[in-house]
Amino acid sequence: MPSGVPIEFTELTKSFGHVQAVSDLSLTVEPGQVTGFLGPNGAGKTTTLRMLLGLVQPTSGSATFGGTPYSKLDSPLATVGASLEAASFHPGRSARNHLAVYAQAAGLPKTAPDAALEKVGLSGYANRRVGGYSLGMRQRLGLAFALLGDPGVLVLDEPINGLDPEGIKWIRLLLRSMAAEGRTVLISSHLLSEVQQTVDDVVIISHGKLVHRGELSSLDVSDSKQVQVNADDKDRLAEVIRAAGFEVSNLRSGVLVENAEAAVIGRLAFEAGIPLTALSQKRTGLEESFLTLVGEEGSL
Amino acid sequence: MKLVNAVRSEVTKLTSTRLWWVLAIIMVVYVAFCSGGLAAIFAGVGTRANGPTLPDDQLPRLVYSFATSVGYVFPVLLGALAVTSEFRFQSLTPTFLAQPRRGIVLAGKAITLLIAGAVFGVLALIGSIGAGGGVLAGFGIDTQLATGDIWAFVGRSILAMALWAAIGVGLGTLVPSQVAAIVIVLAFTQFLEPLLRFGASLTDWSAQIAQFLPGSASDALVGGSVFTIASPGGGTGVGLEWWQGGLVLAAIAVVATVIGYVTSWRRDVS
Repeated sequence: MPSGVPIEFTELTKSFGHVQAVSDLSLTVEPGQVTGFLGPNGAGKTTTLRMLLGLVQPTSGSATFGGTPYSKLDSPLATVGASLEAASFHPGRSARNHLAVYAQAAGLPKTAPDAALEKVGLSGYANRRVGGYSLGMRQRLGLAFALLGDPGVLVLDEPINGLDPEGIKWIRLLLRSMAAEGRTVLISSHLLSEVQQTVDDVVIISHGKLVHRGELSSLDVSDSKQVQVNADDKDRLAEVIRAAGFEVSNLRSGVLVENAEAAVIGRLAFEAGIPLTALSQKRTGLEESFLTLVGEEGSL
Repeated sequence: MKLVNAVRSEVTKLTSTRLWWVLAIIMVVYVAFCSGGLAAIFAGVGTRANGPTLPDDQLPRLVYSFATSVGYVFPVLLGALAVTSEFRFQSLTPTFLAQPRRGIVLAGKAITLLIAGAVFGVLALIGSIGAGGGVLAGFGIDTQLATGDIWAFVGRSILAMALWAAIGVGLGTLVPSQVAAIVIVLAFTQFLEPLLRFGASLTDWSAQIAQFLPGSASDALVGGSVFTIASPGGGTGVGLEWWQGGLVLAAIAVVATVIGYVTSWRRDVS
């Protein structure tokens, strides 16, 4: 079982002319968990991952796998599995040959391509030209490439994008089990909700800068709580709640009470003898915190 | 070992899509048509009383040399496309992930294309000797296939085709745009260079320079083609030795590949 090594970014910076795509990024991604690398489109996620994988030369700083840069790894595919975009293949080549090309280049065993296809559920399509693949199948093929060398570290750029619900569930379980085996798993996404159920840790960048780093639960920082409540006699309900000192606003179905607990509002209505038709606690969710962190434009 | 792996990988790349055999079939048909046609014309003319004739001992080699004189564009295309398709389909990403030492990847590709070019050379010669030799034999002219000279010529032709494919690799790294590379190959080989060679052969000093054009160098390596014989100054003795022709072709391939390595191959892949 290959064990994971930490991924270390040290003051990693990349400028394109005057634009700093990534600036001064320092962080460590630990093995044994799934880390979400989040940020809006254009935040510098892909550039960061490409620098990590030696495809893009950093302007300054470094990114390593347990201290070794990608280009100096002895057997890169057996150490790090990466999948960047869904379209890096020749459409006229079959999936098996596509993987065989890279298995040979990396000196992996002959059986590696078929084993990887088996893992991602593409065995039945191994001899089909990749040009005819659906987006979901291409994602799986990209993942098969990442798994080719049975690596201890996985770096996946937007792996969930384009998968159907069944595929999303499948990849979640796969990534969770890879992390449970002690591997390092880093996945990027521009949608927090997409990876919310998969990741333990989150790294959020915006405009090339690190804006948040911590456990997923650390994102839920907001204290503001809202209660949505409804009754047949909506106006009287609003009156009663307002009389108790709460801030109330009208919704299409019911009213929204700011800074309240559902239990308190339920009691108020009960004491006033108003039968409720709906009562629910709303939290300003992770997504809200995420949006606040990545800034106003939040082009999600 | 890493270089051996790189070559194996590149061989799989080349043979796992349709391009190579489509190009090979077109090449063999084209070369066979030219060789057979020319053999028929000259052999037919030669059996009549008047008209331009070639001595029968020169004819076979001229006919067979169509393998390189018209066939060389195919290994160039194969080599150029082997590189440009990597850029076009963004497959440099997985390629450099599997082997981050990019020089090894490019060296593996050049070696693979030398081999593939040699295979194309063998196929083209089968086309030219098969069709041309068949026609010559039909007219009762000695095909010279029993002579050592012809087989030395065959060997040099195969070497020329191998070097042409390596030049294609160099061109592909210099011009990573697939469309631009194809246009340049076709425009240069089919139009510009023949014109330059013809024009340059009119005066002595320009002929001295023109012998370093890749097509001239290739003809020098192979030992004569329809161009050298048809050019006005072709018979004047301006021309490189066969091994000098080979070195010129190899130098063009190396220089183009090294420059391309710096200008495109080493750059950021995004």
